[in-house]
Amino acid sequence: MSDVLVAPFQFEFMQRAFVAALIVGTLCSTIGTYVVLRKLAFIGDGIAHASFAGIVIAYLRGLDYYVGAAIVAVATALGIGFVNRRAKVSLDTAIGVLFTGAFALGVFLMSRLPNYNVDLQGFLFGNILAVSRADLVLILVLSALVSIVLLLLYRPLLYTSFDPVVAEASGIRVAFIDYALLVMLALTIIVSLEAVGIVLVAALLVTPAASAYQLTRRFTRMLALSVAIGASCAVAGLYLSYYLHSASGATIVLLATLVFFMAMASSALARRRSRLSL
Amino acid sequence: MTAVRLREVTVRYERLVALDKLDLTLDEGQCLGIVGPNGSGKSTLLKTVAGLVTPVSGIVEVFGVPPRRLEPGTIAYVPQVEAVEWNFPASVADVVAMGRFPRMHPLSRFSRRDRQAVDSALEALRLGDLRNRTIANLSGGQQQRTFVARAIAQEPRLLLLDEPTTGVDAATEDALLELVRGLVKQGLPVLMTTHDLDRAADWFDRLMVVDRRVLANGDPETVLASGAYAGIREHSHVHGHARTEPGTVP
Ligand SMILES: Nc1ncnc2c1ncn2[C@@H]1O[C@H](COP(=O)(O)OP(=O)(O)OP(=O)(O)O)[C@@H](O)[C@H]1O
Ligand SMILES: [Mg+2]
Repeated sequence: MSDVLVAPFQFEFMQRAFVAALIVGTLCSTIGTYVVLRKLAFIGDGIAHASFAGIVIAYLRGLDYYVGAAIVAVATALGIGFVNRRAKVSLDTAIGVLFTGAFALGVFLMSRLPNYNVDLQGFLFGNILAVSRADLVLILVLSALVSIVLLLLYRPLLYTSFDPVVAEASGIRVAFIDYALLVMLALTIIVSLEAVGIVLVAALLVTPAASAYQLTRRFTRMLALSVAIGASCAVAGLYLSYYLHSASGATIVLLATLVFFMAMASSALARRRSRLSL
Repeated sequence: MTAVRLREVTVRYERLVALDKLDLTLDEGQCLGIVGPNGSGKSTLLKTVAGLVTPVSGIVEVFGVPPRRLEPGTIAYVPQVEAVEWNFPASVADVVAMGRFPRMHPLSRFSRRDRQAVDSALEALRLGDLRNRTIANLSGGQQQRTFVARAIAQEPRLLLLDEPTTGVDAATEDALLELVRGLVKQGLPVLMTTHDLDRAADWFDRLMVVDRRVLANGDPETVLASGAYAGIREHSHVHGHARTEPGTVP
């Protein structure tokens, strides 16, 4: 048994992959708690897709993919925040139009490259086994930054997620908190792109927190459960993919989805039991 | 000391004039009641004082500065309709504890002092038995009490209550009256709207009748006896549209 657990670690790239999975799983499920409670899932998906344009533009200019993706992701996050506060158009519509547009721009630019050797599949679905030492350092630095900001803003984030109007009246800078959360969301998505890819990152943001929400009606417990589910699914999913020779991002997300349905079933059972005992 | 000072404050929603050159002064240790028919701008007035709505002209000062420049935690506001996420995973005690957040430093822990403030607010609103109840599972009146308790736990320097007695039972109203009068006696300024004219004299030191403008202002009994309120009610009843039309900007 211990052989089974240890075996993957003989490879250095697997060691890096496990560290990356643990960090990404933890970070996504932490910020995911706010994503679920504030209904930002579609925004997260939009930011991820838009960042693809950044990746391609960075490639064309010979820049680091991460830098390109991060600039576009943060810019779109701030843009959404602005639209959300000001515009009269529905936010869903704005995201649907703009982000699929940005994604299409990325695909368009890429398809016109004479002989592109960018790993499109890797960007779309992630390739955690390809995380380099430098990537890992970047993931560590960005996730530390996001964690510190989330920790410092813990109370105002909680208050404004629940009751932005009264929070504002009592002197909390709601606009600042909202923008800060969106920027942290953008950075989290960037950190996660290599691990799970553009298409699957939204699942990692939403599924662990949504599962936790099925199991508790207290915020701190939801946050803790979400992190526990997210981190363990990421690590366990990576193990599974190693032995099943499957795509790691997809395996992690599938495992999280399975946990979600189990949480739903157990919460339905618990409700039924409490109804019967009444 | 003057807690709230409004000078010729005009508030507009698009073309609708909700407040028209309104003047108001509220001193510390005073409970000021605002009455007026539906749509007369009472809630808008409170939102303006809270800094949630920005007037197009005029001056709004709370303790001598614009509301947005106050120290966090200065104003506690209980809205008429709570626009919260009702399915939020929070208990009654969790929500009341939020009242302590504005003044807390990012890394400080929830102190004994904070916990005491939460407990006494829960007790004052008779929420002790419900403290661990999820907010989604409360009745309307219990929810209202929870939000009043949160405002009390904040220990603000100014309290804004938008129809806090609407939809609560008589016992709760009495408890609330006693609580508010006690705070006012300690020097807290309170600005409160209501539709309950019968008990205005118990609640308020001063009563203002508002219909976009101040129609009457003074001692509650005098104001009610003057018939200022009855007048506009009649008016709005007879000329259904006339009340809103003069307010709209052509
Ligand atoms: N957010 C808004 N956008 C546009 N118009 C608004 C908005 N809020 C209020 N109004 C309008 O402004 C006017 C004043 O509304 P307000 O809510 O201040 O009245 P009120 O005196 O509190 O009424 P009620 O007794 O029903 O609570 C009304 O005509 C209302 O339709
Ligand atoms: Mg109102």
